[in-house]
Amino acid sequence: MSGSPYAPHTDAETAAMLDAVGAADEAELFDIPDPVAFDGEFGIESRSEQALRRELSGLLAENDDLTEFLGRGHYEHYVPSVVDSLSKRSEFLTSYTQYQPEITQGFLQALFEYQSMLVELTGLEIANCSMYDAATALGEAALLADRVRSADGEVVLVPETLREGKRSVLANYVDGAALRVEEYPTEEGTADIDALDDAVGEETVFVYAETPTVRGCIEPNLAGIGEIADAAGALFCLGSDPVALSILEEPASVGADVVVGEAGVLGLPASYGMGLGLFACKEEFLRQVPGRLVGASEDTEGTRAYTLTLQTREQHIRKQRATSNICTNQAWVALRAAMHAAYLGADGLVDLAEDCVTLAQDLAQDIDDIVGLRAPVDDRHQFREFVVGTDQPAQAVADDLEAEGFAVHVIGQHRLQVCVTDANAHAADDLVAAFEEVAA
Amino acid sequence: MSEQNREPGRTYDQATYAVSDDENEPLLTEKRSDTVEPGDALPDDLTRDELTLPNPEEPELARHYTRLSQMNWSIESGPYPLGSCTMKYNPPVTEDVAADPNAAVHPDRSADSIQGTVGLLAGLQDYLGRIGGMDAVTLQPPAGAAGEFTGIAVARAYHRANGEDRSEVLIPSSAHGTNFATAALAGYDVVELPSGEDGRVDMEALEAAVSEDTAALMLTNPNTVGLFERDIEAIADVVHDAGGLLYYDGANLNALLGRARPGDMGFDIMHYNVHKTFATPHGGGGPGAGPVGVTEELEPYLPNPRVAETGSGYELVESEDAIERVHGFQGNWLVLVKAYAYIARLGDSGLADASAKSVLNANYLAGQVDLAVPYGPFHHEFAATAGDAAAADVAKRMLDFGVHPPTTNWPEMVPEAMLTEPTEIESKQSLDDLAAAFDAALGSTAEERHDAPSRTTARRIDQTNAARDPRLSWQALDGE
Repeated sequence: MSGSPYAPHTDAETAAMLDAVGAADEAELFDIPDPVAFDGEFGIESRSEQALRRELSGLLAENDDLTEFLGRGHYEHYVPSVVDSLSKRSEFLTSYTQYQPEITQGFLQALFEYQSMLVELTGLEIANCSMYDAATALGEAALLADRVRSADGEVVLVPETLREGKRSVLANYVDGAALRVEEYPTEEGTADIDALDDAVGEETVFVYAETPTVRGCIEPNLAGIGEIADAAGALFCLGSDPVALSILEEPASVGADVVVGEAGVLGLPASYGMGLGLFACKEEFLRQVPGRLVGASEDTEGTRAYTLTLQTREQHIRKQRATSNICTNQAWVALRAAMHAAYLGADGLVDLAEDCVTLAQDLAQDIDDIVGLRAPVDDRHQFREFVVGTDQPAQAVADDLEAEGFAVHVIGQHRLQVCVTDANAHAADDLVAAFEEVAA
Repeated sequence: MSEQNREPGRTYDQATYAVSDDENEPLLTEKRSDTVEPGDALPDDLTRDELTLPNPEEPELARHYTRLSQMNWSIESGPYPLGSCTMKYNPPVTEDVAADPNAAVHPDRSADSIQGTVGLLAGLQDYLGRIGGMDAVTLQPPAGAAGEFTGIAVARAYHRANGEDRSEVLIPSSAHGTNFATAALAGYDVVELPSGEDGRVDMEALEAAVSEDTAALMLTNPNTVGLFERDIEAIADVVHDAGGLLYYDGANLNALLGRARPGDMGFDIMHYNVHKTFATPHGGGGPGAGPVGVTEELEPYLPNPRVAETGSGYELVESEDAIERVHGFQGNWLVLVKAYAYIARLGDSGLADASAKSVLNANYLAGQVDLAVPYGPFHHEFAATAGDAAAADVAKRMLDFGVHPPTTNWPEMVPEAMLTEPTEIESKQSLDDLAAAFDAALGSTAEERHDAPSRTTARRIDQTNAARDPRLSWQALDGE
C-alpha cells in the first residue's frame, strides 16, 4: 500500500518520529471513539501522474469542440502568455492570505495595484481585493445599502432582464436582511426610465443597472438612473466590467455609489463561469466595505510597505458583526486581471473596448443581411454581444449551428444572442456562413 | 528533547531589489503611464473623457511581477504551518490538468455538448460524498464561507418547509470567524457556546442553549485546538432531539481522511475546503471552493443546478425546493478540476496517509518545541501558548529564521496562542528546522522580538497608521 506522494517521510523517519512521540503506530495518535471511526474504503484508486493526465485529458476531450459565441455574463478575451507564466510563479500561486505582510509584500503590492486600477476605471475612491464573482458582488452591494441607508426600505430594484443567476444570488444574500428583490421594466435592452421612476419609492434602498446590459446594450441614460435613485435616497449600484469601463462613461460621473461586475473579463479564459467579483464604492462607505483591503503604510525604517488593513470590518475579528462572511476570495484571479490590464495599458484597453463595439456592430450587420434574421434586435449601441431575431424557431437554428461547430445562446422562441470578442473574431465569417446555411 | 536556544537550521534571506530607501519596488504607475482618449466607436455622450493607466512594455511587466514574486513567501518557499489553514504542497500536475484547452468552456453550453466537464463534476460529487459520508453534494460554493452560507441556507429552507421559524444558530466560541458571520448573513441570531475545561464542547452548556429556536449547531471536528469531539454522538442527539441540524465545518477535515466521516458522526450538512484538504493552491487568498454535502433528506434543498448521471451520460438537474444560488454560474470550475485531480492522484491509500502523516507531524513538532500545549490529545494541529512572550512578536521573530510562523492569538481559549498545523508535507528535517526557529524566536530577548523581523523585505509594518490614515490606491499616495 502506497502513501501520499506528497508526504516525504521515509520508513526510518516515520519510525523515529513515532518513537519520539511514544506511539507504536500512527493509528494510536487518533482519538476517535470506535462507534464513529471509519474502517471502510472510499474505493478511490490512486493514479500515477501519467495515468491521471491520460484519464482527465480523455474525459475532457468528451467536450465537443465548438467555437463559442457565448457571453451573457461570462466573457473571454485573449489572455497573453506572459500573464499565465507570471501568475503561475509558485511564489504567487502557492501563497496564503497575507497575514504576515513583512514576507508577502509582493502579493500585497500586486493587489494594491489591482485596487488602484479599479479606482481609475470607476472614478470611485475605494476598491476591494475581490468578491467571488459579479453575482455575489451584487449581493454584497445590496447588503451595503441596507447598512448605510437610514431609511427602513426593504426593496432592492433590478432590471427585469437581469441574468437569473445574478437575481437568484442576490435574493439569497438579501433574505437574511429581510430585503426583497423587485424588477423594473426595460425597453430596447436597457432601463425604461419612466417606468423605473414609477417603480422607485420610499421603500427602495437600492437601484441596480448594468452597462453593458446582459443583452449587450450600452445604457444611454445612466445619469438619469442615478438621479432617480438619489432622489429616493437609494444607493445607485452600477454593474459593468473593466474592459467596458475603459471607454464607457466613468461611473463616478453618473452618480454611481457602488460599482460591481465581472473583472475576470481580464486574466481569465473561458472557465465555465468562474469569475472575479469587482467591488468599488465611494469613500464614505469605507468602514462598511465587505472583503479585504490592502493599504499602504511604512515599516520601521520608513520604507513604503503594504498590508491588509481595516480588518476590524472582517469576520476573523468582528465575527457576527462583520461586514461580510467572506474570507477566501479570488485574490489570484485579481492578480491575473491586474497583470492583463497592465499588459494592455490604457491604449490597449481602449483599443480592446472599441473592438468590442465594432466587432459586434459588424457581425450584427452581417447577420442582419441574412434572410430570416434580424440583428441587433435592440435599438442601442452594442458591446461584445447582441440579440438576433429569427424567423425559424431559435432552438432549431441553434441546434443546426451546433452541428456546424458553433455555440450561441437561445434566449427566446425566436431570439438568439451572439457574443464576439478578440477571442473568437477570427471565426466570425465562418459563423455568418453557417447562419446562411441554417437560417433560411 | 529539544535544547534551549538551539540555532535555527537556516536564516531568512528574501530577495530584494530596493531601488531606493523609500520603496522596495516602484508601483507600476511610478514607472510608465499613458493617458488615452476613447476613439470614435461610440458617440461622445456615452464615453469617458480619458483613461490613465500604467503602460509597461512586456519585458518591464515580466520584471515587475518577477520582483514582486521574489518578495513573497509561498509553500514552495518553505514551511507554512498556519493553523486551520492546511497549507499543503500544491502538485503542479493538477495545474496541467486544469490548463487542458478542453476545460475552457462557457457555462451556458448545453450539458450534452460538454459531457467531459459535467462528467468530471459528477465524479467529484461522488468522491466528496464518499470521503465525507454524505448522500448528495453541490460544487457551486466558491469558498469555504460560501459553503457555510449554502449549508445554513439549506437548514433555513428545511425548517421553513417544516413550517418552523427557528431563529438561532449555536456556535462554539472557539469556532472560525466565518461561522458567526455566516449565521448572521443568513439572518440568524448567534448563540455562542463556551468551551468546556477540556477544550471540547461543554455538554451542559449545549443542553442549556439548545431549544426549539435552534436551527443548527455549527461544529468543527477536530476542533480549532485539534481535539476530536469525543461526545459527538451525544451532541448530535441533543441537537436532533430539539429539531435542529448539525453542521460540519470542513476546515479540519485533513485530520480525518480515511479515519472518520462527518456523515457517520451524525452531521447533516458539511462543507469541504478543497483549497485546504485537497491541495488546490491558495493563490494568495483564493480562489478556493467550498462544496457542500448533505444527507438524503436535505438533498432537495441544494442549489440548482446539480449534475446527475443518466443512462447515457450526465445532465444538469434542478429541484423545485432548491435554495437560491450562491454563485452566478457553477462556482470555481478550475479549482474543482484541481481538487478532482488531487483526490485521484492520492486515492484511498494516499488520503489515509495524508491524515496519518499530518497528525504524526503535528505531534512530533509539538514535542520538539519548548512551548506548553494546554489541550490534547490533538490531531493535525496544536495550540501552543507563548506563555509570557507575546505570540505576535514570537511570530515576527520566526520570520527571521526562514519559516512562516503559525496562526497567532487564536483561538482565544489559549492565551498567546500559536496554532500550528505543519500538514503531512513536512519532512522530519523540515520539522526540526521549524522547531529550531520556534525555539530561537522564544530564546530571543523581548527587545529582539519586538524589533523583529530584520531579515525580511519589509521590517515591522505600522498597522495602526495603515488603518488610521487609509491609503488604498496609488491615487491616494499622490504627493508622497
